[in-house]
Parts: sequence; structure tokens; C-alpha cells
Amino acid sequence: MWRDALVVAGKDLRVEGRSKVALNQVVPYSLVVLLLFGFAFDQDQPLLVQAAPGLFWLAVLFSGLLAVQRTFSIESADGAADSLRMSGLEPAGIFVGKVAAVAVQLLLLEVFLAGGIVVLFHSKLAGAGLLAASAVLSTTGVAAAGVAYGALSMGTRVRETLLPLLLAPVLAPVVLAATEAWRAALGFSSGDGWRWLGLLAGFTAIYLAGGVLSFGALMEET
Amino acid sequence: MRYPLASGSSRLTRVLGWSALVALALNTWWGLWLSPPDVVQGQFVRMLYIHPAVATMCYAGFGVCALGSVAWLWPRLRSPRWDRLAVAGAEVGAVFCFATLVTGSIWGRASWGVWWTWDARLTLTAILFALSLGYLALRRSIDNPHSRALASSMVAILMALTVVVDHYATVWFVTLHQNETLFQPDPTIHGWQLVTMLMSFLAFGLVFAWMMVHRYRLEVLEERYEREGFTSALEARRSEALPERRVEVPSR
Repeated sequence: MWRDALVVAGKDLRVEGRSKVALNQVVPYSLVVLLLFGFAFDQDQPLLVQAAPGLFWLAVLFSGLLAVQRTFSIESADGAADSLRMSGLEPAGIFVGKVAAVAVQLLLLEVFLAGGIVVLFHSKLAGAGLLAASAVLSTTGVAAAGVAYGALSMGTRVRETLLPLLLAPVLAPVVLAATEAWRAALGFSSGDGWRWLGLLAGFTAIYLAGGVLSFGALMEET
Repeated sequence: MRYPLASGSSRLTRVLGWSALVALALNTWWGLWLSPPDVVQGQFVRMLYIHPAVATMCYAGFGVCALGSVAWLWPRLRSPRWDRLAVAGAEVGAVFCFATLVTGSIWGRASWGVWWTWDARLTLTAILFALSLGYLALRRSIDNPHSRALASSMVAILMALTVVVDHYATVWFVTLHQNETLFQPDPTIHGWQLVTMLMSFLAFGLVFAWMMVHRYRLEVLEERYEREGFTSALEARRSEALPERRVEVPSR
């Protein structure tokens, strides 16, 4: 399974590396989202600093939707999905590989977005350990749920609109927990930020396990 | 081939429908006239005769949907019946979920002074409603019955987990929402209030059952339409081609 996962992750990342869709479209989009948040809050500096963790994770959620749609749209052209099915790779391996590829792209995007909130919202990053741990767990959770739901909606006629409707409510706990963890790390709340990692780990584990178990059946059907 | 439950109604559903109407009428009468105002909540207590029962039917709908989905996924039990039951539960559950949000919002305005508050249970119910709309949209967008049943069963199980969290939200999280009134060793309501509240559960339970039967029936008819629609359309086109049945188009 792990070898297959590496093959699929390598393939997806190579496709992105060559097509540069993530770099040329998703990254600028996420930057525009941050700028629009600035307009929405009327450039109220103290308020933006306070809200920065939540806005950061919303920007990640919006960009994550695009990344998941992209990972399945590259399979829809030229019968690539059928080739993947007939390749003899383990479905669980394909799932883990796709999750890894999406997670790596999102983590790189988060580094960029973290720079964005420092420059645009004047946030002062602190508590690096908690920030990084919650970012890795949340991103893996977003990618796992995204790929599982992406596979569910792949064979449908209305996948572009269906995926956000299915995925956004599912990812609500991740946005909540990751925001709270970041708020604690940046010193905006007195609670212990580390306890939110439990919820994030549980969510990620459920979706990884669910995806590994069901991806074969989903690929057969869609 | 016989299609059970494919007709418009039966004696059972008519009895069910009329019983639901009578129970709703009694619930309205008792709730608005016989039951006294509450010491704390005053007249607003009358929402107690709608909101908890509607919310319970919302949970029941999603519960039926989850059970149907698990039964469909279980290889030894697999049958289209379970899938029909699941979609009926989800759709009726979604209707009651919307009604829960609306009635809850009205009650919230009356007793907390706001239409909406960022409370754990309220937020989770709204998320559950969005999930149920996603489930129904997913079903509508897949044509193959087997693929549709498989994909929607997986989403349904996730919805059921949300229902469980939702129910315990008042216990686990700090919340404005009140705790259980009825199902505890020493209920906090008595007399006409208790009787009317129990009647509301019976009335909305009957409405729920009536809606479930009809939604299940509709699903049977839709399957029949999918299966026979193409054949009958083909026959209709063929009959048009026969000379004696050709319809003359009047010339201007």
C-alpha cells in the first residue's frame, strides 16, 4: 500500500509541478481571499489581528476545495480514472497517495498564507510547535475528507457544485478546532490549545480509516 | 410484476392521515387554550408543544436513514427496500430539521431575545441540515441505483454520527439550550403541560409516519417510472408511426 501511495503522490505532485495550476491559480486565489477579508472588516486592524486565525483557516478551506477538485479533474481527462483503476495499484494506496499530494500542496500554501496574515493583518506568529502540529493534523484531515468526498462526487453530473456542499459542513469541526488551537498559540484565548489537537487527530483518523476501507468500492462505482 | 405500495393510498394510510390531523388539532387546542402559561416562560411555553416533538422527528428521520443505509451496506441484508427507507428517512428528516430550526429560532427570539445564537446545539443542527441537503443532492445526481445507494449510505452514516454529537451537545459543551425536560426520573413539567407535550409527540409522530409511508411509496413509483418509462416511451413513438394512429397536423 505504501509503495503505491508514494507512486500516486509522486504522480500527482509531478502533474502539479509541470502544469503549475496550483501555483498560478490557487495561490493567487488564496491571496485575493485574504485581501477580501480585509475589505469585509473595513481594514479594522485590531479586529483583523483578532480574527486572523479564523480567516486563515477559512482561506485554507476555500483553497482546499479547489485542490481537491483539481486532484480529481486531472483524472477525468483522457480516461485517466479508468487507467488508474486498471493499473493494479491498491485502492487504499491510491487514496493515501492522493491525500498526501493534496496535503503537501496545502501545507505549502499555508506557509504562504501565514506570511500573508503577518504582512496584511500584522499578526505576530507565536507558539510555533502548536501552530505546526495543528496545521499538519488539520491539513491531513482536510485532505482525507476532501479526497473521500471527492471520490463520492466524482461520478456525478454536478460534481463542481456538489463537492463544496458536501465537504463544507463536514470540515466545520476542523475549521473550529484549528482556529481555536491557533488562537491559543497566538495568545488570543486563555484555554489550552493542545487539547484541540485531540479533536483534530480523531477527525483525521476517522477519515483516513474510512477512506482506506471504502476507496476501492467508491472507485469501482464512480 | 407487482409493485407493493404503488397505489395512491390505502385504508391504513388514510387512517394514519386522519389520525395525524385529529392529533394535531387536539395538540393545537390543548396547547393554545387548555394548557396554562408557564411561571417562568409565560405564554412562550406553548412552543414546548411543537419544538421538542419536531426536533425528535428530525432525529428519528436521520436515524431511520442511517439504519436503512447500514442494512443496505450489510451484504446479507442488501435489498432496494433499505435504500428506499433511507431516502424516505433523510427527506422527511430534512423537512423536520428545517422546522426545528425555524421553531427554535422563534422560541429563541421569544426567550433569549435573539433569532440566532452561536450555541453548540443550534450550530450543529444547522450543519446537520446542510449535510442532509448534501445527501439529497448527491442522490439526485447519480443515475445508477447501485452507485447511488452505495455513495449515499456512506454519507448517511456520517450524518448519524452528527446526530449523536448534536444530541449530547447540551451535555458536552457549554450551551444556552435547556436540557431534557421529559425523559428524566423527575420530569420538570406536570398536569396539562405534560399531557399536551405528550400529545405533541403523538401528533408529530403520526405526521412523521404518514410522510414516511408516502415518501417510500413515491420512491417505489419513481423506480417503476425509471424501469418502465423508457419502454412505454418507445411504444408510444412506435404507435405514432402506425398509419391508422397518425395524427394529422391541420394545414394553415
